[in-house]
Amino acid sequence: MQYLWRTPGSHTLPEEASPIGPAPLSVRDLTVAYHRKPVLWNVDYTAPNGGLIAVVGPNGAGKSTLIKACLGLVPRVSGTVEVFGQPVAKQRRLIGYVPQRESVDWDFPVSALDVVAMGRYGKIGWFRPVSRAHKEAALHALERVGMADFARRQIGQLSGGQQQRVFLARALAQEAQLYFMDEPFAGVDAATERAVLQVLRDLDAAGRTVICVHHDLQTVAEYFDHVLLMNTRVVAHGPVARTLTPELLGRTYGGQPLPLPVRETAAP
Amino acid sequence: MTLSAQEFLQIDFPALLAAVLACAACALVGNFLVLRRQGMMGDAVSHAVLPGIVAGFLIAGTRETMPMMVGALAAAALSGVLIEAVRRLGRLESGAAMGVVFTVMFAAGVVMIEQAAARGVDLDADCVLYGQLETILWLAPTGWGSLLDPAAWAAMPREVVTLAAVFVLCVALVVLFRKELTITTFDPALASTLGIPAGLFHYGVVLLVAATAIAAFEAVGSILVIAMLIAPPAAARLLTDRLGVQLVLSVALGVLAAVAGYGAAAFGPLLLGGEHSLSAAGMIAVASGLILALAALFGPTHGVLGRRRALGRLRGAGAVAAEGRSS
Repeated sequence: MQYLWRTPGSHTLPEEASPIGPAPLSVRDLTVAYHRKPVLWNVDYTAPNGGLIAVVGPNGAGKSTLIKACLGLVPRVSGTVEVFGQPVAKQRRLIGYVPQRESVDWDFPVSALDVVAMGRYGKIGWFRPVSRAHKEAALHALERVGMADFARRQIGQLSGGQQQRVFLARALAQEAQLYFMDEPFAGVDAATERAVLQVLRDLDAAGRTVICVHHDLQTVAEYFDHVLLMNTRVVAHGPVARTLTPELLGRTYGGQPLPLPVRETAAP
Repeated sequence: MTLSAQEFLQIDFPALLAAVLACAACALVGNFLVLRRQGMMGDAVSHAVLPGIVAGFLIAGTRETMPMMVGALAAAALSGVLIEAVRRLGRLESGAAMGVVFTVMFAAGVVMIEQAAARGVDLDADCVLYGQLETILWLAPTGWGSLLDPAAWAAMPREVVTLAAVFVLCVALVVLFRKELTITTFDPALASTLGIPAGLFHYGVVLLVAATAIAAFEAVGSILVIAMLIAPPAAARLLTDRLGVQLVLSVALGVLAAVAGYGAAAFGPLLLGGEHSLSAAGMIAVASGLILALAALFGPTHGVLGRRRALGRLRGAGAVAAEGRSS
């Protein structure tokens, strides 16, 4: 059963052109390869303005790579990525990022508050220390994920779910318009799942766009408005109600991916 | 046997100062190698500079420091790029890439030294490995009063001045780029999305390690440099969970190792009735190893005994709880 919690009208937003300025994310003809093996192939996608978007697909479908390519973290073989109508490099301040929890060393000698304050670094700029105001903003972000009591704790002494909430708080501290999150629900406890969901809904209510790699098919319809089904190529995208169909899911997960030609210009 | 003030100031003080500055500088930049899990980089860079030193010497034809320093820095930069290239093109993990690059470059340096020696040029690989702490002399002072005499300080040996400059440079860079060094070390991907060039900081750290190592070589040798890049930061990490405290503590531990090691080498044998002093660089490296061992044993939260105590307390609490239930 599908539980759509957003106002029904919002799903009628056209996919391509938003009435409120340029689309938060516009990907054209994006191809990414690791060691000559294409991971993303001719991806075209335009995200609707505002709303929660799930990126869904089997393991190795290039979901994380799509996010990293959008952020400029992996080299593109071809294609363009625009954020609110401008190249991504010009729009960094509008973008928040929640990487996978495993991507960092949690033994690092910093506190939860220190990590969340990193989300403010883009606003602080070179040579300046983290001011009191920025620390307070970081603490407020920790409060929003229910982690204020752990602000002083070294991050290695937190549980996996708490670590995930620290990452989420860091993204909140970025005060972005467009968020990329890589599996924020992966391997977390029930309390964290509720906290993450609440944050997503708050962001949505504030008009932000959130693009999440999501692995749990059962909760896609409950948590998200839009879905991007992909398996190296884009299979389908659109409102959950219309897109999360057995037929399209079958095409996303079923069978082997098509053998793809390899371009010699693949970046290292 | 008594030690005159003049003797101490002329022989031991400059060597001690060089050792302290070298250890402090290495310990400070070493933090970022240890935290990046690239401790091997210190080893790699300090070996890879050898061909650069020899090339600088051969091209300039003098034993001046400047050309050798420039050659060494160029070799260090080359090694940083080569390691990255081998890692990507050879699809190796970075430790393996470092192992290949630094051994090849060091070997090239050795071959170049042999060739130079065949042509009657005097260059010794040993002094790169062990340093020549004992040859650093400050001839100006005549007594304790000289410590207040600017003219005497102006005659401080060049090695000490270079090391002081490098230490000040390291402190300045770490203070100025504290935020950026932290975030590019902890989460380079996030740093990149914020517009902080994580790759540039990686090479920056490699170059700073190289500059520090090169300045320290001449005085204390590469073995001590490698030990000092790792041992004090690793010991400091075991004693605190705060990065700022770790940075300060690592420098303090480096200084402690330098003073304790030098003291043991210079004066230990005399006190015990021996005739010869020991290798100072060797004793400092031993002292840094001892400090690390003590930190691993007695560190408050990360030490072996600390963890035992915590486990014991847990067991005790569990037993009390079980008793409470059974009564």
